[in-house]
Amino acid sequence: MRSTSPREPADARYCKIIPAGDYWIETVRRGEYLRIVDVEGNQAADTLFFSADDTAERYSAIDTLREQGNVYLSTGSKLRSTSCRVLAEIVADTVGRHDTLGGACATESNTVRYALEKGTMHACRDSYVLAVNTHERFGLSKRDLTHNINFFMNVPITPDGGLTFADGLSGPGQYVELRAEMDLVVLISNCPQLNNPCNAYNPTPLEVLIWPADVQ
Amino acid sequence: MIYETVIEGGKHWSITLGWGSSLRLVDEQGGANVGMLFYNPRNPLERYNAPDTLKCQHTFKLTRGHCLYSDMGRIFCSIVADDVGWHDTVGGNANRELVAARWGEQSYQDVRNEWTQNGHDAFLVEAGKYGLGRRDLAANVNWFSKLAIGADGSMHFDPANSGPGRAVELRFEMDTLVLLHTCPHPLNPAASYPRRAVRITIDRAAPVGADDFCRNFRPENGRGFANTELYRAALGAGASTSAGA
Repeated sequence: MRSTSPREPADARYCKIIPAGDYWIETVRRGEYLRIVDVEGNQAADTLFFSADDTAERYSAIDTLREQGNVYLSTGSKLRSTSCRVLAEIVADTVGRHDTLGGACATESNTVRYALEKGTMHACRDSYVLAVNTHERFGLSKRDLTHNINFFMNVPITPDGGLTFADGLSGPGQYVELRAEMDLVVLISNCPQLNNPCNAYNPTPLEVLIWPADVQ
Repeated sequence: MIYETVIEGGKHWSITLGWGSSLRLVDEQGGANVGMLFYNPRNPLERYNAPDTLKCQHTFKLTRGHCLYSDMGRIFCSIVADDVGWHDTVGGNANRELVAARWGEQSYQDVRNEWTQNGHDAFLVEAGKYGLGRRDLAANVNWFSKLAIGADGSMHFDPANSGPGRAVELRFEMDTLVLLHTCPHPLNPAASYPRRAVRITIDRAAPVGADDFCRNFRPENGRGFANTELYRAALGAGASTSAGA
């Protein structure tokens, strides 16, 4: 379900552009609001969440989908952890549907999906690995890099059991906003995929904004 | 046949299988569920990746012809036979709280080995035997279970998906650590804790020919086989199937 946020960018405590193909890793405190903006449209934000107090507890796509009884994420979706606790809730979403089944692109899966020669193209999971290997203070490693959310991506499931990557429902300036329900480490790869329509074949910047807990 | 066993419902097990072996699962009574995870025994950071498995083959369900991919673009195993038609890899596991809320918890103190084990804890037990823990779990396969998806994305468990004697058979394309449990699917609406036995048979698989059904099921699988064969060739596979595992 589409919805908008009452929060104004001028009131944000933090604002940052994630250039195409880069990553972002930061702590978001309980009660704070995190907005991810699809600045130019049709850009995938491959996102992972970890409990800041115990990073072995992390976002779980399967627990999130099962508990809400639906394979798509939108306003009201509670993002659950591997212990089935609520990490964050989507409180605003101007797009209406986000994917958490397609996972992040990888050099290795690109060889399977497109061609064996595509194995040296930049990919989300390379960004993830570099992020955790250059930010040791978060205590993360490749073990923790799993099944993510693809904000702004549209991956329809058909009744006969098919799965496709369709053109995005997003557009310039569209956003999704979450309220953290516990202290979180958030890791985003701004997807560098050039081989499918998830980025309209043209990776572009994302913007992240954070509002303090007491801003309505 | 190398080995055959029957595992009662609500239990767990693990085994490392060399490439070229097969694993056949039979739903003895109907309504079984087998949770399963896969790791490379040489490097358990390489593990089953449900998103890659689904998107590489443009599918939400798993059935004959599909291959189960690692996060490294390689194939742990192929589904070479299946008379069920739909297996789930999105529903995940029940945990202790879910089992207690759905069916009521029966403890070891009260009922000994008839206790209501849950899939999450079952995986943690088996994972721990190989030095693996919470950080190493991933979205698992639930053999014999089906989640149908409505036009609005809603998920519906199909209690009639499997039946007595239905079987699925896997052929391993690389050495693989297999963790499994026979605990209930978390969306099973049964009134009482469903306890269904599964027969497991391990055997040697027939060689994979150029016309193999799984290899040719999709063009992606041809490339997945190429990646896996490169891995085995680089290791000197053929001389040894499990050295260092």
